[in-house]
Amino acid sequence: MVGVIGLVLGIVLGLLLEPTLPLWLQPYLPIAVVAALDAVFGGVRARLDGIFDDRVFVISFIGNVLVAALVVFLGDQLGVGAQLSTGVVVVLSIRIFANAAAIRRHIFHG
Amino acid sequence: MAEPDPTPPVQRRLRPAAGGRLTSWLVGLLAALLGFALVVQVRSTREDADLSSARTSDLVRILDDLDERSQRLDAEQRQLERTRDELLGGADQRAAARAATRAQLRTLEVLAGTVPVRGPGVVLVVIDPGRVVSAAELLDAVQELRDAGAEAIQVDGVRWVARSYVEDTAQGLAVDGTAINPPYEILAIGPAATLSSSLAIPGGVVESIRERGANTLVEQRQLLLISALKQPVDPQYAQPAQ
Repeated sequence: MVGVIGLVLGIVLGLLLEPTLPLWLQPYLPIAVVAALDAVFGGVRARLDGIFDDRVFVISFIGNVLVAALVVFLGDQLGVGAQLSTGVVVVLSIRIFANAAAIRRHIFHG
Repeated sequence: MAEPDPTPPVQRRLRPAAGGRLTSWLVGLLAALLGFALVVQVRSTREDADLSSARTSDLVRILDDLDERSQRLDAEQRQLERTRDELLGGADQRAAARAATRAQLRTLEVLAGTVPVRGPGVVLVVIDPGRVVSAAELLDAVQELRDAGAEAIQVDGVRWVARSYVEDTAQGLAVDGTAINPPYEILAIGPAATLSSSLAIPGGVVESIRERGANTLVEQRQLLLISALKQPVDPQYAQPAQ
């Protein structure tokens, strides 16, 4: 519940403040957002499974974002940034789809 | 990573109590962060047309593409400019050539006597009821007029051109094969005063005709019309030699 309220609050804040994205953050933010979305879907699934844990969610969220950013950073340093961020997005998308499928099963069969 | 699996659910359930309020607030905060980042990212993607967020390699490729395209367009522009210059130059040359040709045509038409002409000039009437004036005197008169600057001449209804001649026949004088009868009326377009004074010089045309026993009448006109025409004749033997 707190999560949903926070999400809505964040979106509203973003819409109201209209912040400009700092340049150094531009390559990382899209990947970080996808990684965070993966964590959120995982969290939702865990809640439906009845095993949701605030602390695990926080750690997985932050960890996800940091690892994604690190991978992109490494990729940029190695000169394969574009390919690596595509790979990250693909992997995370697969996880999101898997979680979404589990969530759907819960909703329709639970 | 999303909710790692290995820990059995029973153990998991025990954790929230230990986490307390703080982690719950952290969840909310992270969710808010996600929403915020989401909006920012979506907006920035929509705003800058992908260039500022593009990678170096992509930018290099885009730059290369643009360079190539601009070179192609440059070449095309140069070619089109050249074509345009050619067309303009050609049009200019054609117009100039046409103007020159038209001017030349006017001159030649006047000289060949294929068009009626008008302008200031003199009328010379040779009153010769006794037909004492010979072809030589008439030719002298025409030559004198030409010498004084006559540009178009008509002798008794016959246009005097380059090929014209005057001859003595049994019936009298003939110009270009056409018999003429006195009084002979010679029209000349040119500088009227000069023409008239050239005829009147002592020992000149008028005087020699008078000595022959005929009479003359010279009259300057502001506007004279020479309407007799000549058909141009295609040269049969003389070909332009170049």
